[in-house]
Amino acid sequence: MKLNTLFLGLCGASALAFAAHAETITIATVNNGDMVRMQKLTDDFTAKNPDIQLEWVTLEENVLRERVTTDIATKGGQYDVMTIGTYEVPIWAKQQWLLPLDGLGADYDTADIIPAIAGGLSVDGKLYAAPFYGESSFVMYRKDLMEKAGLTMPDAPTWDFIADAARKMTDRAADINGICLRGKAGWGENMAFLTAMSNSFGARWFDEKWQPQFDQPEWKKTLQFYVDLMKDAGPSGASSNGFNENLALFQQGKCGMWIDATVAASFVSNPKDSTVADKVGYALAPDTGLGKRGNWLWAWSLGIPAGTQKAEAAQKFVSWATSKAYLELVASKEGWANVPPGTRTSLYNNPEYQKAAPFAKMTLDSINSADPTKPTVKPVPYVGVQFVAIPEFQGLGTTVGQLFSAALAGQSSVDDALAGAQTAAVREMTRAGYIK
Amino acid sequence: MARAVSTNRKIGFTVAAWVVALLIFFPILYTIITSFKSETEAIAGFSLIPSGTLESYAEVQAQSNYFKFFLNSVIIAVGSTILALLIAIPAAWSMAFSPTKRTKDVLMWMLSTKMMPAVAVLVPIYLIFRDTGLLDSHIGLTVMLMLINLPIVVWMLYTYFREIPGEILEAARMDGASLWGEIVYVLTPMAVPGIASTMLLNIILAWNESFWTIRLTTTNAAPLTAFIASFSSPQGLFWAKLSAASTLAIAPILIMGWFSQRQLVRGLTFGAVK
Repeated sequence: MKLNTLFLGLCGASALAFAAHAETITIATVNNGDMVRMQKLTDDFTAKNPDIQLEWVTLEENVLRERVTTDIATKGGQYDVMTIGTYEVPIWAKQQWLLPLDGLGADYDTADIIPAIAGGLSVDGKLYAAPFYGESSFVMYRKDLMEKAGLTMPDAPTWDFIADAARKMTDRAADINGICLRGKAGWGENMAFLTAMSNSFGARWFDEKWQPQFDQPEWKKTLQFYVDLMKDAGPSGASSNGFNENLALFQQGKCGMWIDATVAASFVSNPKDSTVADKVGYALAPDTGLGKRGNWLWAWSLGIPAGTQKAEAAQKFVSWATSKAYLELVASKEGWANVPPGTRTSLYNNPEYQKAAPFAKMTLDSINSADPTKPTVKPVPYVGVQFVAIPEFQGLGTTVGQLFSAALAGQSSVDDALAGAQTAAVREMTRAGYIK
Repeated sequence: MARAVSTNRKIGFTVAAWVVALLIFFPILYTIITSFKSETEAIAGFSLIPSGTLESYAEVQAQSNYFKFFLNSVIIAVGSTILALLIAIPAAWSMAFSPTKRTKDVLMWMLSTKMMPAVAVLVPIYLIFRDTGLLDSHIGLTVMLMLINLPIVVWMLYTYFREIPGEILEAARMDGASLWGEIVYVLTPMAVPGIASTMLLNIILAWNESFWTIRLTTTNAAPLTAFIASFSSPQGLFWAKLSAASTLAIAPILIMGWFSQRQLVRGLTFGAVK
């Protein structure tokens, strides 16, 4: 009895000593399937690193962005690892708000990260955030409806083909819309789509001297094409539709085509959620023959704020969560189809992944065809495909998004929306000192 | 004939009241219904009949520890309410029974602070919390919510206290009651209904406050508002889970409101009709 008591006492003391010694890192993240899955698999990390405990803070994307920006700008020190995107990384790295990731371990294999993604997360050749999952955008279409319309989708379609197919696939009586595109206002909503689309029409946000370009014919062509197409073949109330609304429409069989994030492929092809899972085909985002396609590039990535006191533990976690071994861990627990996509070249060479994810090749081709350093036909002074990597873009992008959303809703004309965008952009860029 | 018209009007008002009540309650009802649907059902379109699955609740609990957030909500809401009452009762007493020529201005100024957009002071408040070590702490959030709701608490108590005849307090003074005795033994018992309804309303306001509770917490002091926010996602369909999280978050306050509705209504209409 006494021995038992002594043993239990020693166990308790050891546990207390361990708890006191263990370092806790706080991770801020977004709520999506891949991130939730990672939280469920953290036992693997803590088993390998018993001296590190993990605390999760999960927030909606926009709230998370606001919270981590406030925290990092004020050096609040609330987080040790932050989930950030390709928009934040170049801006924050230049401000020296992020630590360069140079301690990810000998077996991390940085060279395996898809070059386009690594480029978007690096400044002056140094990696400032490790990609957890990456995405581009592409066309998801209903093979049965395409066949019914008497058309064959090419691997690399043009915008004219997409418009023609959308109009032919539209069947209002059967509640089928030829095409579903984002219309909800926001820099990461309709402006992500429209900025990427405008690149393929030869438009750009600013010229080399930061002069806004909404008064140029390329923007007029882009917006007029989009509004006309959505009027003829889009769903009603499209100006309120973002990713989730279009996903719901597509999964219910109400869209002939949907151009959006490549990660959506795993949702629309999942028979558990999608009524059209076995009828979906994929193609590259459209172009107009000018050398740029209308696809974007994004990666949710893990960065370490410069103010953290637990940089070493944070790097260990980032290394674990973005490693090849993590992909294998997910595959062993939940199958290859659920592995976070778009970060590592080796994943796309894996025959098991290719078998589980029929959209794998098209995803990789889409990611590789986006170049954040040269996003447009004409030269620009900024990086970013579907955004402009300057701090002012969030506010300006949302303002322009509201104007374009109003044009889609029929509340203003395309000309008025573009004139308003030009005025707002000139005012903001002058105020911020870009235009002297 | 006059009686018939009156009955018709009564029926009309009753129907109107039910319609308005249903309109106001419908979003909450639909959230509860959606929480018992699968994700596929949730996006399938409008339907008032769920399949009755509990999978969203199971997943919500598996993903986050509801009781930790719940406990934080209780601590913060109750704590801030007690703190607010401790400050507001003497303040409202002085304004109601010993007014000066600036009392109305002070009251108006207090109320005007509620008109300021919270985001305008986010960075200064965040810096103060950072420098005083109050970020992600119960005490910091309790004080913050107390300050936010203090103007309303003072105003409500001031209105109730004004209804109490000053002569009663004068009589107490004549009998030798001290200032403290006057407030504790005479005024407070008479104002119990008003104080109770103020307390209930303040708990509800503190429970529902989301701007500061999400922005000033991370893990230790995060209440149910942060719990709900963690299930919102612009990329991925989590509507059933979000509804389950919302239902779990509002359930305690709905139950409390249901049981205390008599006091709430009495308190809110106290002094409204003269």
